[in-house]
Amino acid sequence: MGRYIARRLLYLMMVVLIITLATFLIFYVMPPGDPAVAFAGKTPTPEVIEQVKIQFGLDKPIHVQYLTFVRNIFLGDEYGWPGLGFSFDTRSPVKEELFTRAAVTMQLGFGAAVLWLLVGISVGIVSALRRRTMVDRAAMGFALFGVSAPVFAVGLFALFVFWQQLDWSPGTGYVPIREDPGEWLAHMILPWAVLALQYAAFYARMVRGNLLETLGEDYIRTARAKGLSERKVIGKHGLRSSLTPVVTIFGLDFSLLLGGAVLTESVFNIPGLGQLVISAVNRSDIPVVLAVTVVAALFVTFMSLVVDVIYGFLDPRVRLS
Amino acid sequence: MTQERLLEVKDLKVHFNTPDGIVRAVDGVSFKLDRGETLGIVGESGSGKSVTCLTSLRLTNLESADVSGEVIFKGRDLLKITKEELRQVRGKELSMIFQDPFACLHPLYKVGDQIAEAIFAHEDCSKQAAKKRVVDLLGAVGIPRPDSRYNDYPHQFSGGMRQRAMIAMALVHNPDVLIADEPTTALDVTVQAQILDLIERLKTDFNVGVILITHDLGVVADVAQTVMVMYAGRPVEIGTKDRVFSQPLHPYTWGLLESIPHVDQKGTRLVPIQGMPPSLIRVPPGCPFHPRCPHRFEPCDKDVPELYDRGGGHPDACHLSIEDKKRLWNERERRRRKVAS
Repeated sequence: MGRYIARRLLYLMMVVLIITLATFLIFYVMPPGDPAVAFAGKTPTPEVIEQVKIQFGLDKPIHVQYLTFVRNIFLGDEYGWPGLGFSFDTRSPVKEELFTRAAVTMQLGFGAAVLWLLVGISVGIVSALRRRTMVDRAAMGFALFGVSAPVFAVGLFALFVFWQQLDWSPGTGYVPIREDPGEWLAHMILPWAVLALQYAAFYARMVRGNLLETLGEDYIRTARAKGLSERKVIGKHGLRSSLTPVVTIFGLDFSLLLGGAVLTESVFNIPGLGQLVISAVNRSDIPVVLAVTVVAALFVTFMSLVVDVIYGFLDPRVRLS
Repeated sequence: MTQERLLEVKDLKVHFNTPDGIVRAVDGVSFKLDRGETLGIVGESGSGKSVTCLTSLRLTNLESADVSGEVIFKGRDLLKITKEELRQVRGKELSMIFQDPFACLHPLYKVGDQIAEAIFAHEDCSKQAAKKRVVDLLGAVGIPRPDSRYNDYPHQFSGGMRQRAMIAMALVHNPDVLIADEPTTALDVTVQAQILDLIERLKTDFNVGVILITHDLGVVADVAQTVMVMYAGRPVEIGTKDRVFSQPLHPYTWGLLESIPHVDQKGTRLVPIQGMPPSLIRVPPGCPFHPRCPHRFEPCDKDVPELYDRGGGHPDACHLSIEDKKRLWNERERRRRKVAS
């Protein structure tokens, strides 16, 4: 087990390095404009551009740039560990900005995840148990809508109804929880709901399908034949098998989300990682793009390790080795 | 020994509504089972033997099924009692083991815990006491080192051991009736014999009534006292094992008997029954076996033969006269032996 995890961690490092290399190359080969020019002021002279290049380290060959980047991640730079450099745009350390933004995205992600798990799983179970009734059809209709409705449309519509028309919501924006917990909650509810909707819809369909399949298994018949109550047959034997795969999907969905919920953050103007990376890409602020990439890749690879370990406990047939 | 009637099935019918039509999976089955008796139900796949037994415990998918008839178990009709009453019968007074032990145990729970669960379903019992009982039972059904095996998961058990575990699970409450639905079909031949021995021994030790569903007449010959042969959802012949094997009355039974290999009759040709079992959506009119029957005559494709004793000593459902039956069976036997010698 220990060796397995160690090996997976090593593998995780490599994946992250490969991803950063790819990102690095993309922005080196296909820059949306010379960063040095873009950040050198309004009408830069060649001398100023040259100076900016030296300041950004863009004068060095690409492999030196990349190796410096990797070295800084592991050993730290003048702003501490992990060394993520400074933003070309603001000339301030990326690290602080990144952590503040990541915290906001996490608040958005956690809240939405709780919502979609609660709603998705319970709707899925009810749908499966009331198969082919009005309840089931209504739930699956809702799920189809949720899966196919794009976040920006639902988000704008929700803002229009609950903010403009009903005035129940304080609107877009973000209030730190430390400043005013009430306002924070009021601002988060709508983004949580909108972000959770499509996941909840997808999870409801998945749980319904899994549960229906499980209930057709022979071991469910065995459970009934030994005299268990229907409650136990479904609540214990049925759910155990049908929710185990949900763990895997959830781990991946959630980790992807932590790399930035771009659309939701844009619609609700929430300063998370998604917004950060979008503006950084537009401005060729390469250090910021790379930093967000590293963080997002770390989330995904780390969560998939966590999921595999958890799965080993949930399903005895899966042996970790 | 006074006989105690445990189970009586009367005119059981199970029809499934499907998009293609009504599937008459079971179409009028009646039988009785006494304490200490083993009833063997024999027939091809799709003859309704499993559905008969699953329906007795209301384990068929009842949403799409029309069920009629009675299943009287110790004076109560299992098809009419409440769900809670039914739950208390299941696994306690009437237990069942199934064909495929690979699929019948929950893959994510320990085998021992799954058996213990059957205890808790019907009585309050401390965890230690339950575990002790399970370990004893696992030992009794022949699982080595039951103490450590308790904590194994089903995938760590072999097929035979899983079926033993299923049997242990079925026996936790000393049931009155044990229904075994093709308990050995998925197992190796050597393991088959062990499992049959085990069921036979438990029948004597616990004095239960056993219903053994199988498509293998050899299995029935080993353990059953009574044999019911089913075809297309109906019984075609029912009698004591000795009578059915020595003086079979229905051409379908003849066909089944001729298709078992005998080690002692070297060189005997195996005679398959011609044709295929009928679709249960469009059961042939008259006797459902008539399209495959070499002895059919006029009434066979019009009148449905009822199951009753036509003077042959036990009930059968064939229009042939008893004299014809005796003559035809003896001819067939003679022909078969001639080929052998």
